Amino acid sequence: MKNSIAERISDFLKDFPPFNLLKEKHLLEIASDVSIIYLEKGDVLYKKDEAFHEYFYIVRNGGVSLYHHDMDDNKHMVNINDAGDIFGVRPLINKEDYKLTAIANEESIVYGIPIEIFQSVTKNNVKVYKYLITSFASNAYDPYTAEENTKIFVDYLPNTSQDIANFQTADYTKNPICCNENSTLKDAAIKMSEFKIGCIIVVDDKKYPLGIITSSDIKNKIATGLFPITTAVTNIMSSPVMSDKKDLTVADAQLKMIKYNIGHLCITEDGTPNSKLVGVLTNHDVITALGNNPAAILKDIKRASRTKTLRTARRKANGLLKSYLEQNIPLTHIINIISQINDAVTMKAIEIALEKMPTPPPVTFSWLALGSQGRKEQLLFSDQDNALVFEDVAEEKYKDTQAYFLDLAKLVTKSLNKIGFEYCEADMMASNPVWCKSITQWKAQFKDWILNPDDKAILLSSIFFDYNHIYGNLNLEKELTDAIYSTLNETSLFIRFLARDALKNPSPLGFFKQFLVEQNGEHKDLFNIKYRALMPLIDTARLLVLSNQVRGINNTYERFEKMAELEPNNKELYESCAYAFKALLKFKTKQGILHNDSGKLIELETLTKEEKLKLKRCFKPLHDMQETLKLRFDLANF
Amino acid sequence: MIWNWLFKKKYNKNHPDFWKDYISSFDKKNKKPINETRFVAWDTETTGFDKKEDRILSLGAVEIINKTIKANNTFEIYIKQDIFKPETVKIHGILKDGDLKKVSEIEAIERFLKYIKNDILIAHHAGFDYGMVNEMLLRHGLGKLKNDFIDTSILFSKSKHIIYHSNLKKHYTLDELCKELNVSMADRHTSIGDALITALVFLKTISRLDKRNVLKWDYLLKG
Repeated sequence: MKNSIAERISDFLKDFPPFNLLKEKHLLEIASDVSIIYLEKGDVLYKKDEAFHEYFYIVRNGGVSLYHHDMDDNKHMVNINDAGDIFGVRPLINKEDYKLTAIANEESIVYGIPIEIFQSVTKNNVKVYKYLITSFASNAYDPYTAEENTKIFVDYLPNTSQDIANFQTADYTKNPICCNENSTLKDAAIKMSEFKIGCIIVVDDKKYPLGIITSSDIKNKIATGLFPITTAVTNIMSSPVMSDKKDLTVADAQLKMIKYNIGHLCITEDGTPNSKLVGVLTNHDVITALGNNPAAILKDIKRASRTKTLRTARRKANGLLKSYLEQNIPLTHIINIISQINDAVTMKAIEIALEKMPTPPPVTFSWLALGSQGRKEQLLFSDQDNALVFEDVAEEKYKDTQAYFLDLAKLVTKSLNKIGFEYCEADMMASNPVWCKSITQWKAQFKDWILNPDDKAILLSSIFFDYNHIYGNLNLEKELTDAIYSTLNETSLFIRFLARDALKNPSPLGFFKQFLVEQNGEHKDLFNIKYRALMPLIDTARLLVLSNQVRGINNTYERFEKMAELEPNNKELYESCAYAFKALLKFKTKQGILHNDSGKLIELETLTKEEKLKLKRCFKPLHDMQETLKLRFDLANF
Repeated sequence: MIWNWLFKKKYNKNHPDFWKDYISSFDKKNKKPINETRFVAWDTETTGFDKKEDRILSLGAVEIINKTIKANNTFEIYIKQDIFKPETVKIHGILKDGDLKKVSEIEAIERFLKYIKNDILIAHHAGFDYGMVNEMLLRHGLGKLKNDFIDTSILFSKSKHIIYHSNLKKHYTLDELCKELNVSMADRHTSIGDALITALVFLKTISRLDKRNVLKWDYLLKG
């Protein structure tokens, strides 16, 4: 019988992964058994520890938030799923109870995808499973659950750009260290520490693997007093072992490890535990095989002695960024890694420059990153904004001291430029005498900005309030920050100027809920996501932390999260601003990668309807936030 | 004679079995909580608006249990009719001799009754669809539909706050409700598409009423 509803559902599904990887007839088969579920805002679809459903889910309209519960049962939002996002895939992968809670963030319609049928039509479809595992991992990952998961989730998921690595045969450790089943745990531990290894395989006389003991088994079962140190290894080992054949690919090994939540695979002659052990594959081996990982890049940076090496390392990070975005790794995690890499690159560039200087610095100094790098949210290459603070010196020495640091800064900015960070158009760089000053001069500068605000000064100074110490004497930065916050206490005028500045770009949607695009100039009809959407959020977050005397938080989303903590009654608004910021930044970065530019100008025609909807959803919190600011800082008559 | 009238049987022995089953199923009906109740949202496509002259071309229905609609238990049927009005094709898109598999009226009735059972029916401007189906039942010597029904057009008016009641419209079209409640208009003007839209309109309206704590059976079912 004709089923138009199923046809319509399959029509929706076919545009989204992993369904886009399926044949039409299979898709229709799945669609014919879909449950269309209506959720009111706040409806709970599933709860942590609830038995798994026979469905996994995809958002049709609206949004569904996933929450993690910490030890005290407080909820932390992990992610909001928008139209087309799949979630609740845990039962599909390992038939476990839910670890997160899914609650409708707004009125939503979700499709429940029947797991049994899905599995029957997708079995042996490696691509589908790779996608699911990635998606599973990215939702399962958050700072709170990272500990529970195998670390392998975090950075090294299979993806298309690494396919070559994935389908290579995994390079396992041959001749692994073993102990006989009759050994005591103490013997095994001595062997492990002798060979400096984290695991040992228990084998029988025929060298068939019986079980495995890892350092954490010793920690959990011996050190806790559960078993005496003289106990037999067979009491401690995890058994049976997971095994596979010699020609196992990296991708398959990784899937197996994630699926069974294990870190080691025994390689045996025929692939089963009932044959001779020939090697061990650890998740570390898998990670090494996949190569492009932050640890390796950071190592490269630390070892670099020339700008050229830094340049190569930073380029690698761009590849990493791209694959992270493809895999839907949470943006917070991406930001943390990329900003660590950016900071390390800058640090190394300064060290290299210092070596080139004829003499060591006359006094200590602090190199500050400003703007997006200062906020630790720079993902793609952008302009370099930086400043330099040096210790106070006697007046007669000031000129020479400044000259020294200007020379140093010129070397640094030049090599940063070589690495890929463009010079700042407004010359907001430490190589400019205006932004390379002693601590006393800097304090005076900030005091002037704060006490005598005008629109021009605000425009100029706002990025200076997002500084972050990169290199040198940390105390100088602290001293400056102390001075700024005590000056802020003297006046409220500055804060109101900042507030007005934060509102200068109204909500990006026009009266008819159309995007406001650029009206003229060379970017006519393009949507400027940076000025229309990101900057207002960045400005707002800065304003809020400054007016609340919150120190040491530079990330825009972390600033909003902090505000949510400080003002529980506005928690929802702040959290949705934090989320919107992350979503918009991700959007901009993806666009940037696509067009190989900064990504700030978006051609609306190239977006799909879903993408436009996603964008629009981010503007609502911005709009609400701006309304709140108007009231809070009494801007109506300002 | 009077006995006959008093004990008038709800059906007679000439009625087909499916009708007898349908009618007798109402004897033992008891009300369940709303979230366990099966609702059937449905719609018809017809050759026109005249109950006597016009005919039903298709029937579409979906079931709702606990805010969930199952794609594997939807109802979609196309009916062979001698009466055909070319001018309405542009609305419903059903051709006289198209590729769609069509069944006779009596088969459609049987399958429809088996699908709706004694559950609560939901339709938009329900009176029309009821009238059309009842006429069809009559043509085959059967009685009227016995199910309770909810009209989404009326239900929606109730969901509006009392302060707006003075300038409320009497009739909301399904298109207007889709706009107001943000329901996708895909497959509008097919009976199954409109049935699904009606179901979503119903769920969204109910959630608005539920917030105002007025969700009781008599409130829902009272015209």
